[in-house]
Amino acid sequence: MLKINNLHVKLEDEDKQILKGLTLEVPAGEVHAIMGPNGSGKSTLSYVLSGRDGYEVTDGSATLDGESLLDMEPEERAAAGLFLAFQYPVEIPGVGNMTFLRTAVNAQRKARGEAELTAGEFLKVVRAKAAELQISPDMLKRPVNVGFSGGEKKRNEILQMAMLEPRMCIMDETDSGLDVDAMRLVSEGVNALRSEGRSFLVITHYQRLLNHIKPDVVHIMSNGRIIKSGGPELALEVEENGYGDLLAEAG
Amino acid sequence: MTDITDLDVREGVDRETVETVQNMGSYKYGWNTEIEMDYAPKGVNEDIVRLISKKNQEPEWMTEWRLEAYRRWVTMTEPKWAMLNYPEIDYQDQYYYARPKSMEEKPKSLDDVDPKLLATYDKLGIPLREQMILAGVEGAEDAPAEGRRVAVDAVFDSVSLGTTFKDELAKAGVIFCSISEAIREHPELVRKYLGSVVPQSDNYFATLNSAVFSDGSFVYIPPGVKCPMELSTYFRINAENTGQFERTLIIADKGAHVSYLEGCTAPKRDTTQLHAAVVELVILEDAEIKYSTVQNWFPGDENGKGGIYNFVTKRADCRGDRAKVMWTQVETGSAITWKYPSCILRGNESQGEFYSIAIANNWQQADTGTKMIHLGKNTRSRIVSKGISAGQAQNTYRGLVTMHPRATNSRNYTQCDSLLIGDKCGAHTVPYIEVKNSSSRVEHEATTSKVDDDQLFYCRSRGMDEEEAVALVVNGFCREVLQALPMEFAMEAQALVAISLEGSVG
Repeated sequence: MLKINNLHVKLEDEDKQILKGLTLEVPAGEVHAIMGPNGSGKSTLSYVLSGRDGYEVTDGSATLDGESLLDMEPEERAAAGLFLAFQYPVEIPGVGNMTFLRTAVNAQRKARGEAELTAGEFLKVVRAKAAELQISPDMLKRPVNVGFSGGEKKRNEILQMAMLEPRMCIMDETDSGLDVDAMRLVSEGVNALRSEGRSFLVITHYQRLLNHIKPDVVHIMSNGRIIKSGGPELALEVEENGYGDLLAEAG
Repeated sequence: MTDITDLDVREGVDRETVETVQNMGSYKYGWNTEIEMDYAPKGVNEDIVRLISKKNQEPEWMTEWRLEAYRRWVTMTEPKWAMLNYPEIDYQDQYYYARPKSMEEKPKSLDDVDPKLLATYDKLGIPLREQMILAGVEGAEDAPAEGRRVAVDAVFDSVSLGTTFKDELAKAGVIFCSISEAIREHPELVRKYLGSVVPQSDNYFATLNSAVFSDGSFVYIPPGVKCPMELSTYFRINAENTGQFERTLIIADKGAHVSYLEGCTAPKRDTTQLHAAVVELVILEDAEIKYSTVQNWFPGDENGKGGIYNFVTKRADCRGDRAKVMWTQVETGSAITWKYPSCILRGNESQGEFYSIAIANNWQQADTGTKMIHLGKNTRSRIVSKGISAGQAQNTYRGLVTMHPRATNSRNYTQCDSLLIGDKCGAHTVPYIEVKNSSSRVEHEATTSKVDDDQLFYCRSRGMDEEEAVALVVNGFCREVLQALPMEFAMEAQALVAISLEGSVG
């Protein structure tokens, strides 16, 4: 599914290298977690994969099912099946949540040469999925993320994920700012989406999210590279001992 | 110019107009119709004024009224205080009167109508039955209707081509006709109200209009009548080097209600074209007028060549107590826009509202806003202005709120937001506030922001392309104003917002 090979990325405006030869593979149907200390380049990775401006790829590659992501516009990556759940979902005043979702869904359908959903068809699907995430009809009508609580914003990201049905989901610190109940709701939403054809890359600081969303593989990232990969027990180890030993081990 | 874009004949306007608008590249209405025209000679003088009056078969008093305005106009100078930059206008290099030749005799059926004229209506999205009526086909009023119930008056260059639903409106006592017809058929109303809101001497452009206006719409709603359908006028400038000077007069008598829509288009041309209109609204006790405009005159090309110079005077006079007026405008077209729809709140407890979206892209310049003149006690006004600038455009909000000494306990709320796309455009806000009593309150809020890269990236990461993302964010920015528009207009306006901003990013 997602293959990242020797990826080198620097900031466009300054001479600062963030990713320094990152290699990672997420096979179809698997959930991989990336953990690492602050400043290790985790969020940069998610932005570079989804095509945000401000970064320059100096070497390496990233492909989704063999297609190079780095040559595509952000919307093309989305249509190809990539989705980023934002750490800080963006507010768009005046644009109804429902309008936003429908525009997004239909833009992707159009890009893939599929028929656009009518208002009626769309409404039926979105209502059912919103109910599962305990998103009220009122929240669907309100402007995108405006005045949403932290938990509401993150649930809204998962609703978008559920509506867009991506193959490759990247979640950037989706657990930050969530209370216990919200974390459970979000995790249930994600778990419901797990399937053979869909992969997840879960970026997090804390092990607790991984209690809810059980990863197949855990990667430790530091200084722009993956320094160690292992099973779920690796996350527990970090929780217990911090990153110190792992960093020292990696030299 | 022969590159007429072919569009399918459409049955209804609403949805399909929107889709067509969405599917067209840049300026949708940029075709021109080659129709044999009857022109008056170029330039303006007393003879031309007399000729226009004669062509419209006007009575003596009307001719005199025009001449008085003309004599005044020659003593006036063009105002230059607006933040607009344009070359000197040669007023003698314009045609002041043009009329399709085929209108001289009434056609018997659609077969007798100049097919090019019908093609024009098609492209404007006017339903077939209404096309027949507009083309003046006898008996067309009895043909079956096609769903949408909006009475239309179409003005093609200088001439009103006809009005639909006239009989049905007449049953309700509503008069909706061209102003030239009103001058002939309802002189008592026209004499009483014409120039009573915007006097002949009001300003340079209004005075010129008073002298040479060739047509426009007239509406009278009798006391206590709620107009049974929305009324609309479609203006189109077609002939080259032709100025369009239409005049609209709407009177809502005591307790009457009416919603009026106005749409405007013009062909793409290299040369600039002049448009100087006057709209007067008279609102008596407990009456209400809602006036909505979608102005989509040709804005000039991406290099700033051509386009309409739009100098418009619009004013509403709330003459009676509790009278109410609401101006809503979506200004996306024109190379130059000079327009300040205003409210005179004369009656006690009268209310004025102004909702505006002004989009300036490429080399467009817009200087637009409103005047709220509070004269009566307990009067209320509300201004919501959304200005969007892109490309090299300059967009100015200019507004006046004045509270006179006897306008006690009155209120105004003004919200003025500007959005910038790119780094070569400008947004300016010029509010004038005068308060001459101590019990009134005026609030003014203004913001200026840039289209946010994070918002665009967020939209794009969900699959929208860049232009779709900009259109969505800008439509969100304009939402309060779009909501003030009648439903079908709101849809068209949303699509127009997207079109007007094409090429503004990237």
